[in-house]
Amino acid sequence: MREIAVVAFVQTQHSGEDQGLHETEILAPVITEIKEKTGLSRFGFTCSGSCDYFQGAPFSFVSALDVLGAWPPISESHVEMDGAWALYEAWVKLQHGEIDTALVYGFGKSTQGVLRTIMTQQLDPYLLAPLGVDQVSLAALQARAYMERSGAKEDDLRAIAARSRASGRDNPFALHLPDPEDGDEYDVAPLYPHDVAPITDGAAAIVLAAGDRARELCERPAWITGIDHRSEAHSPGVRDLSRSASARLAGERAGAAGIEIAELHAQFSHEELILREALGLGEDVDVNPSGGALSANPPMAAGLIRIGEAASRIHDGSASKVLGHAQSGPCLQQNLVCVLSGENNG
Amino acid sequence: MANACAIIGIGQTAYKTKRLDVSMAGLLREAARRALDDAGLTWKDIDAVVVGKAPDLFEGVMMPEPYLADAIGATGKPLMRVHTAGSVGGSTAIVAASLIQGGVHERVLTIAWEKQSESNATWALTVNSPFTTSLVVGAGGYFAPHIRAYMRRSGAPDHIGALVAVKDRENALKNPYAHLKIPGISREMVEMTPMLWEPIRYLETCPSSDGACAMVLASEDAAKKAPNRPAWVHGTAMRSEPMMFAGRDTVSPQGGKDCAADVYRQAGITDPRRELDCAEVYVPFSWYEPMWLENLGFCGEGEGWKLTESGATALDGDIPWNASGGVLSSNPIGASGMIRFAEAALQVRGQAGEHQVDGARRALGHAYGGGAQFFSMWIVGSEKP
Repeated sequence: MREIAVVAFVQTQHSGEDQGLHETEILAPVITEIKEKTGLSRFGFTCSGSCDYFQGAPFSFVSALDVLGAWPPISESHVEMDGAWALYEAWVKLQHGEIDTALVYGFGKSTQGVLRTIMTQQLDPYLLAPLGVDQVSLAALQARAYMERSGAKEDDLRAIAARSRASGRDNPFALHLPDPEDGDEYDVAPLYPHDVAPITDGAAAIVLAAGDRARELCERPAWITGIDHRSEAHSPGVRDLSRSASARLAGERAGAAGIEIAELHAQFSHEELILREALGLGEDVDVNPSGGALSANPPMAAGLIRIGEAASRIHDGSASKVLGHAQSGPCLQQNLVCVLSGENNG
Repeated sequence: MANACAIIGIGQTAYKTKRLDVSMAGLLREAARRALDDAGLTWKDIDAVVVGKAPDLFEGVMMPEPYLADAIGATGKPLMRVHTAGSVGGSTAIVAASLIQGGVHERVLTIAWEKQSESNATWALTVNSPFTTSLVVGAGGYFAPHIRAYMRRSGAPDHIGALVAVKDRENALKNPYAHLKIPGISREMVEMTPMLWEPIRYLETCPSSDGACAMVLASEDAAKKAPNRPAWVHGTAMRSEPMMFAGRDTVSPQGGKDCAADVYRQAGITDPRRELDCAEVYVPFSWYEPMWLENLGFCGEGEGWKLTESGATALDGDIPWNASGGVLSSNPIGASGMIRFAEAALQVRGQAGEHQVDGARRALGHAYGGGAQFFSMWIVGSEKP
């Protein structure tokens, strides 16, 4: 495969409250900043991830073209998925060898609706959505299944939330959330409010570049040594919810071994444990030093941010092999794993 | 250089106002099964699935791909969802082709669909609410002024649109999957129908359809084992531009011209009217045939309506456009672009049945979307490039 690297990553200072900004206004500064950072104003390919249901209107991605300044016309595509899948599409396009750079971005605003109710609209419209089961309740089912199999306790989940929030407070882009408090009521048992990713607005962008172009644009490019994504069946009833078969498969295909730092798109604290197991990440792996999605979870950008945060650890020289992960669908139905390396940067 | 990509399987559903006999998943599965049968493959032979559709508000299911995963054989496989407005059917095929051309997979199933009977497409396309008041209703309200500008600019006589409406519906009578079948369709019949958005009459617009279209794309090695003759991708291109800014030519957008130039360059085409044998072009309102004839370089500016009037784009003309009946005869929006791409492939495979263009060896598939600002195109041929 052709050598492709993440050469730049930019994100918003994410917000847990509606700032009165339209999605495109959230995105605009990120695009400006990544153009300045790379010195590029045109890219060989552009691909984005967003979802109409957060804006409550069709074609949420169309007005983003105004932000890009897509003139003269650009070679561009869009996925109705997290921006991590837009990155995958761009990586595939770069494999053809005809272009050397790609701009990828994702954006989403979850403060203007009721996220857990909106996510119900993603479920099987005949058999599951009519039951009205919401995102957090489905996650609680998965948490219970995992805890029963593994013996993990609520305190183990709480420790993950506490660690994520502490890390998030050191991250200028994340929400700064307090330590989990004693005496909180369950959100949906066995999950407490601190086990659930916060409602967040935000955007992120990444620039990919190939071979020597990457070396020109970045002192220590984060080379993508493996990237893969897998889906499993939809219905929670036909899956072993205590495991993530699709994350395991994607991790194997992407070569998830020898990882020093992993940024996992765990939207609930138990998901980190399921993903650690599926990806074979041992105790020595530093997971979510950014604070992860439990500290900032802008929809359609949070997965892309995991890849960006992981790549940043290569860029700043603090790690040589890292992993970024993204998910989609109820109960970790779809998983994407991107392994990045700085080993050949000398 | 990119690896060769072949189209080895094509499947379509019947296009109808309401497919009450199938669920959404059932609709996709019907098209996918037919594509797999054509390719002589089963679900387990497929490496990845790429799905496309237009806005999720059309069915009221947010990002429906996870729900569809089991029905379309994506369990344990990569599953992606593309959405680039009306051009999405074409873009989806291009993303799927890209996976073959980039050497990532050997056999990719791609499906584009819409089940518009689940909601009301005209209101789902009236985009400005809830933020501002929309001045237009539906896509016709948006595009009618562009058509009037074209008529004024080119001096085209009023009846050209009706000619396209008749020609495409006559072609549809030869296509078993087409939605609108109007025996005895005539210019008088079109001109008798109500004016919806001046100058677009009822029979000059596309229908609202349920339907899905699927293709199996394959590497050169995988194509060798295919039971039926493949079509080969000779070029793919996408272009996007902002919807609105001062000086933008909305009648003949630069994005369409650039996209065509890119795909022609890849296929080595300098004179599309002469070097292509037929084209499947996204014409949701009749007047878009002469407009796109110019935008795509099949004739000079202001000449498109003359080409249409001369009969050149009819099934027996020198450059048949929309031999399948086109978007004017079947329009499950998210699938419409892929239907164009698939029909172009059917032509060069010699499998278009009654609407086959004799000896077709190279064909253009075209789709556009948004405010005529998203374009996707491919050129397919009977020979490996």
